[in-house]
Order: sequence, then structure tokens, then C-alpha cells
Amino acid sequence: MINVLVHGDATGDPLVLTSPISFWGGVSPETGTIIEKRHPQFGIALKGKILMLPAAKGSSSGSSVLAEILRNNTGPAAIILGAPDAILATGAMVAQALYGVICTVIIVDQELFQKLSVAQKLAIIGDEIHAD
Amino acid sequence: MTVELTQEQKLIFEAKDGHTFALEFVCTYAKAVGATRLIPIDSAHIDGCLYHGQVSLDFVKHFIALGAKVSVPTTLNVGSVDLIHSNLVRGEALNVNGRQLMQAHVALGCAPSFTCAPYQLAESRPAFGSHIAWGESNAICFANSVCGARTERYGDFIDLACALAGFAPEYGLHKTENRRAKWLLNIAPNTLDTAMVSVAAGHYIGRMGQGKIAAINGLSRSSSEDDLKGLGAAAASTGAVGLFHAIGITPEAPTLDAAFQGYQPEHTIDLGEAGLRAELALLSTVKQGARLSAVSLGTPHFSMTEFANLMPLLKGTKAKIPFTINTNRAALESLSEREWDKTLHSFGITLVVDTCVYVTSILDDLTGAVMTNSGKMAYYAPANLGCEIAFGSLEECVASAQTGFVVRL
Repeated sequence: MINVLVHGDATGDPLVLTSPISFWGGVSPETGTIIEKRHPQFGIALKGKILMLPAAKGSSSGSSVLAEILRNNTGPAAIILGAPDAILATGAMVAQALYGVICTVIIVDQELFQKLSVAQKLAIIGDEIHAD
Repeated sequence: MTVELTQEQKLIFEAKDGHTFALEFVCTYAKAVGATRLIPIDSAHIDGCLYHGQVSLDFVKHFIALGAKVSVPTTLNVGSVDLIHSNLVRGEALNVNGRQLMQAHVALGCAPSFTCAPYQLAESRPAFGSHIAWGESNAICFANSVCGARTERYGDFIDLACALAGFAPEYGLHKTENRRAKWLLNIAPNTLDTAMVSVAAGHYIGRMGQGKIAAINGLSRSSSEDDLKGLGAAAASTGAVGLFHAIGITPEAPTLDAAFQGYQPEHTIDLGEAGLRAELALLSTVKQGARLSAVSLGTPHFSMTEFANLMPLLKGTKAKIPFTINTNRAALESLSEREWDKTLHSFGITLVVDTCVYVTSILDDLTGAVMTNSGKMAYYAPANLGCEIAFGSLEECVASAQTGFVVRL
């Protein structure tokens, strides 16, 4: 199952977060790096990555943080969600409408999520996701 | 998955104006949450006036440029500054941007209510069974639980988009079957006052409920609306709680069976006096006798009933430390009409409107602890303000203000 929430083509290295994250408080709105100290991917930059999130978490202010990092060009190229989450889709829509910055947001089922998360490189073209 | 549009909604799409963008926004959100229809709403409450960065302001200005206005009566949550007492908030950038953001929302047709308790303004209280799109966790919880209105937990951007479009996605708490209680919290008879029991119960269901709707049995029938406000605010701070039921008290829970819609509770927890006291103890980071820097009441905003409860306590020694109460503009006017403001000021109390002490820089000295009777304030203050916190009853807060140290009664 592929449900495209925010459309756009993207290519990049997958960055799989092994634990859920709240963008508000968890990601720096300026640098786009993970600042939540207890997070397994602490210190990693989201910029240009195909961000893969198994589950959503956190404050709705996460929408603002995602939009803000996309405005600052420190955001991910795309987000692939393993579970429905409106917070990040909202932030990506805002960045697209206001700044013309595209961050594709896609929901996939768990089976596809597992398959994609071991890929070296991902390309999103239209409604299709290609894995290498 | 697609969203099915009505004729009216299709016309909005064809108009290609600010409302079209708002409706597109609501549609994408609907797809993200698996809703297939959009339903008309009676009101909106926007939690967009806190300045998070440039994008907060750009979003609202985008709609102003498109000439859009809100389609339904819309109230605003607190902002980053007190527009009436402009000397209270420190920080130049926050003052300028925060003020602009608040004024930009008003330009879209939102009422300048700037309160987190819009449900206590007569003209903004949502009707039982009405669909609304509200933001701000305590407002959502009160509207759903105490008013019996129906809103999901809307957040940044989407609350305003719904207000402009006049529609919300039909999902979650908008649907009857998703409003039933899943687990039961039994409160045993105890000697605590109703306000304290409410905060303890709220703190517990948020902390332990895993986002599942709780029914609470055993709350005193004399629990006030403000007690339920404190309960919901605490619950929505410690957990993702958008709705609770209080058996025999809240409108969708006249009986256990009604709250559970005929199903059985998945599990039941009993909380006795010791458990309640242990829950409240989690809200303080300092002990009795600790030095205080300030007392802060009114998170969510203090109601006139809460002021009426406070007035008789303001006798004898005046406050030795800064003492703030957050409230709304309408209450400020009523206080002035009744000349209660004079009593409050002479006791040493500063009234803060339009904003809240826990989200902005108002308190100067935070080297000592801050004391509050709000479970929500107690939960957020250590992280938001970087201070120690003492939670206590209204009476304890006043007595502590008079000495400058945490007093337990």
C-alpha cells in the first residue's frame, strides 16, 4: 500500500529512525539535526535524506518545526511513514505552499516499510518508490 | 484513498482563492488520517498565536494576502505577549513577532479572545453534539468531555485551515463509536478536596492511559466545572487525552453503561487516598518549606468562579513574592466592575491576560521554586521555565505567597 500525501519526486539515502521522534523539541528548527539526547539517531542531520519513520509521536508543533527546517533548507527530501501521521504531512504542505520547497510525504504498509528500510538508495517517482 | 466532496465543497475548489487552499489543506490532512468525508463545523479555536519561528507568521500572512477570512466563529488561544499589559513580557524579538502574529490572526476574522479557556466565555461555549475544530490540548479536552462537543486534537496550521474552510475531516472523536470509554478508573472515598482529586485523577489517566479514553467513577457530584477543567488540563499534559468521561457528571456518561456504550472496560484501576496523594506528590520537585520565587495561578485561564473562591482568602499579610494570575480579557473587565482588581492588586497580585506565564518570559527571578495549583503548569514549568515547582491547593498557594516558602495546610 502506497498513500501519497504530499506529491513530488525525490532521490536520496534512506535514514531509518529506530525510535519515534517528536520534531518539536527533538529536531533543531535551525540545523535540522536530531537534538533529543536519548534518541538512538541523536546528532544526525536530516538534510537531503529520505527519512523513514516507523511510528509517529509528539506535539502538533512538530508541523512548525518541519516547515521551518524546510524553509531553512535543512530538511529531508522526503518522508516515508510506516503509520498514518498528519503532523508531518501538515508541515510539508505548509513548506510547499509558502516556500515552494518539496518534501514528499508517503504512507506505506509495514511490509513495504521493512523492505524499503534496508535499501542503500531510494528514488520516489510519482506514485512509485524504487529501491537499490 | 480519496476524500468524497459535496457540491458545496467542489464550488470552493473551483473558486481558486484562499478558501480553496484552506480546503486543499484539510483534504490532505483528511487523507493522512484516513477520513473520507469533510463535515461542516460550528466553531474553531486556534492555537496558532505562539511564535515558533518565521513560518508561523508566513502561514497567516499567506491567507491575508489571498483575502481569506474565517468561515465560522473562531476564537484565539493565548499568544506570546500580553497586549494589554505590554511591559510584562521580556525579549524584543518575541514581543515584535509575537504581537504581529496575534494581530495577523485577528485580521483573518478571529476574535481577539487570546484565552486557553474559550469554553468559559458565554459566546464561545460549544453546544452538545456540535462538530468543532479546536486546537490546544486543554480546550479540546474540555470541549469534548464537559461540553460534549466533538473535536479531534487539531494542531498547528490545520486548526486555522479548518476555520477558513469551515470544514473538518470526519474521523476520530467526531464519530460516536470512537468516543466510548475503554478503561475505568475508580476513585475510592477520600478526604481530599474536589480540586485536588480532579488534578490527581487527570494526571493519572494521562500518565497511565496510553491514549485510551478513560471513564472515571467516584468523583464527587459537587465537583465544579473548574475542577473538571483542571482534570482535563492535567490529563492532556501527561498524555494524549482528548476526551474523558466522569460517571454521573459529564454529559456522555450518565451511567457506566453509557460511557462504555454497552461494552465492558478493558481493565479497571482503583485509586485510593494514598494513591491520589502519591499522584499529587509527583507534581512537586521541592518539599515543604522550600524557598519560592513566585506563585502562579490560572493555567488554564482563571475563571470568575475561581476568583470568587480566591477573594475571601486574601486577608492579612500581603504577598511577599511575585504572585501572578493568568486570565482572559472578559474576566479582567468583570474584576474591574466588581472592584475585585483593587483587592487583588493590594494583595500584591499581578493579572496577566492574553498569554500565560508558562509559555513566555514574565517571571524575573526563578532561583527559587514556583508554586501553583495547576497540574498543567506543574507538569510543564520545569522544562519550559527551567525552574523548580511546588504544587498545592489554592489555600496553600495563598499562604505560601504570604511567607515566601512552601506552606502545607
